[in-house]
Amino acid sequence: MSRGAIISIRGLTKVFKMGDSEVHALAGVDLDIEEGSYVAIMGPSGSGKSTMLNILGCLDRPTDGTYHIGGKDVTHLDDDELSSVRGERIGFIFQSYNLIDQLTVIENIHVPLFYQGKDLVECWNHCEDLAKLVGLGQRLDHRPKQLSGGQQQRVAIARSLVNDPLMILGDEPTGNLDSKTGAEVLDLMDRLHGAGKTIVMVTHGDEVANRAQRVIHMKDGAIDREVVNRR
Amino acid sequence: MRATVPFRRIVELGIKSLLLHKMRSILTMLGIIFGVCSVIAMLAIGEGASYEAQQAIKQQGSANIIIRSVKPAEGGGSSGSSGSSSRGSATEYGITYKDAGRIQETLPGIRRVLAARIIRDEVRAGQVAFPCQIIGTHPIYQDINNLEIVRGRFLGTIDETYMNNVGVITASLAERLFPSTDPLTQQVKVGADYYQVIGIVRERGIEQKRTQSGGGNEGQPLDSNLYIPLSTARSRFGETLIRRSAGSFQAERVQLHQLTVQMDDPDLVESAADQINAIMVKFHEKKDYEMIVPLLLLKQAEEAKRRSNIVLGSIAAISLIVGGIGIMNIMLATVTERTREIGIRRALGARKRDIVTQFLVETVVLSVGGGLIGVVLGIILPFVVTALYGMKAIITWWSPLLAFGISALVGVVFGLYPASRAAELSPIEALRRD
Repeated sequence: MSRGAIISIRGLTKVFKMGDSEVHALAGVDLDIEEGSYVAIMGPSGSGKSTMLNILGCLDRPTDGTYHIGGKDVTHLDDDELSSVRGERIGFIFQSYNLIDQLTVIENIHVPLFYQGKDLVECWNHCEDLAKLVGLGQRLDHRPKQLSGGQQQRVAIARSLVNDPLMILGDEPTGNLDSKTGAEVLDLMDRLHGAGKTIVMVTHGDEVANRAQRVIHMKDGAIDREVVNRR
Repeated sequence: MRATVPFRRIVELGIKSLLLHKMRSILTMLGIIFGVCSVIAMLAIGEGASYEAQQAIKQQGSANIIIRSVKPAEGGGSSGSSGSSSRGSATEYGITYKDAGRIQETLPGIRRVLAARIIRDEVRAGQVAFPCQIIGTHPIYQDINNLEIVRGRFLGTIDETYMNNVGVITASLAERLFPSTDPLTQQVKVGADYYQVIGIVRERGIEQKRTQSGGGNEGQPLDSNLYIPLSTARSRFGETLIRRSAGSFQAERVQLHQLTVQMDDPDLVESAADQINAIMVKFHEKKDYEMIVPLLLLKQAEEAKRRSNIVLGSIAAISLIVGGIGIMNIMLATVTERTREIGIRRALGARKRDIVTQFLVETVVLSVGGGLIGVVLGIILPFVVTALYGMKAIITWWSPLLAFGISALVGVVFGLYPASRAAELSPIEALRRD
């Protein structure tokens, strides 16, 4: 494990059993991600990037290898412990926003803290600050259905920040947005990166990859090559 | 490790999501509401019915054995043809004075024996005539049969000794015969004899259905009785009674129509009933009597009540289960509908048990809410039934608790499966669902 690495992966494999045959979605991946870096993971479908995202997000467990996040070995945690890691250390941004329809903007932002046992009342100011940060300070009581796609994704970004995570994990966050609002969302991500957040994005869009410091290309369950952008 | 979600918060979450679908929640609750309501109402009505039956039987006295004369089935036919047992033109049957004596002498533990002759005839007062039962009996009749004195007095020992022409009438008969005068100053006439009215009584029980032997008291109110001393009845009416039926005369010789044997202790009743039967069988070739043991009837009534409680209870339990299945059905649909929400919550840190609790709370709120409404309706409904149909209903203290407890249990049992299905969803799968 290199120093300053917030994510450290060694020899990661993931095997899915499909009837009699086995599919090696990940075939021995080593990866370190430094704190404060902006990483894009790219690759064609079937390259293993979705599996990578699931394991990075502690939504799935590897078949073999080790995974440390913030110095904590999360490879062999049980389901409840993985839930805690997700809730406390990871901020998710999804392609389809994944807001809860019946909750308001501020309630959606608050959800990760809800599962840490914190009342909305006691962290109202924190949640409201994040809503303001993403430009939705005037829409705290709106429901997701009343918002545009870009606005919904900005709520999701605010939600991903609410637990002050070690890493923000994005899954094609601009995939459902037109290029203009997509660019606005990416501008927001740049600002977060500028404020020192660690961001990992899975994407196949170049406009996302162009903003990242490191672009990791995956192929057949392994890292094919890595490009470091200089700006 | 970390703070968990306060249970209260999860409950709020469940209630909130139920309120989002008010119509659906109410419809889902209906099954439980009707189930709980019917458990309570059915048990209350069953309890009331058996209470009434038991009261009626208790009225006859749990220490009593009642023997009644019954015209034997063969022998004197209904057409009045001379039967084989006819002596002269009269059919002779029933309990005799000797039977009464034998029972009193042989059986231990008898407190007292009450004999009665029951004659059906018209009772007249001036222009008014009314078909009645004329009951010749002893003064203790009042005590054994629990008669309530409304006015005046019951028959006394002196009336019996001197064969006084006195009579006590029931309150309803008094109203019919003497609508405008004071009955206690009047006389009633039966056949050729006059009887001074000395008292008015009321039977405390409800109607006694088989008051007379042989049946045939249609159209005659059961509580129109004239009580006279047994000795008087014997001397005025003799033992041969002439009954007119279908244009022909039919004579019957019956010494006693009814014998009430009161035991010292209800525990003695069963064995005494057997012994009385043995005595009667010995001296009666034909079965010209019947024996009624209120205590045994009471036991039968209790058994019947137990059985009807089981039947009613199972019907109600089935409706509760149906209600539970309704809840489960809706919750399964809800879980499917909210798969994505479950995935989001799991991704954002919810543990399996948080999801289980959230959905379980919803079912329990539905079933407990439905249960509470059902309890209220179930307590009101018996009163409505009582008001509309005059059926007595008794709500036992345990039936609302039972019904409510079952409904809460139904919520947990039928909620557990949908809730665990929700929690077992893989977050990856759940997030992918649309």
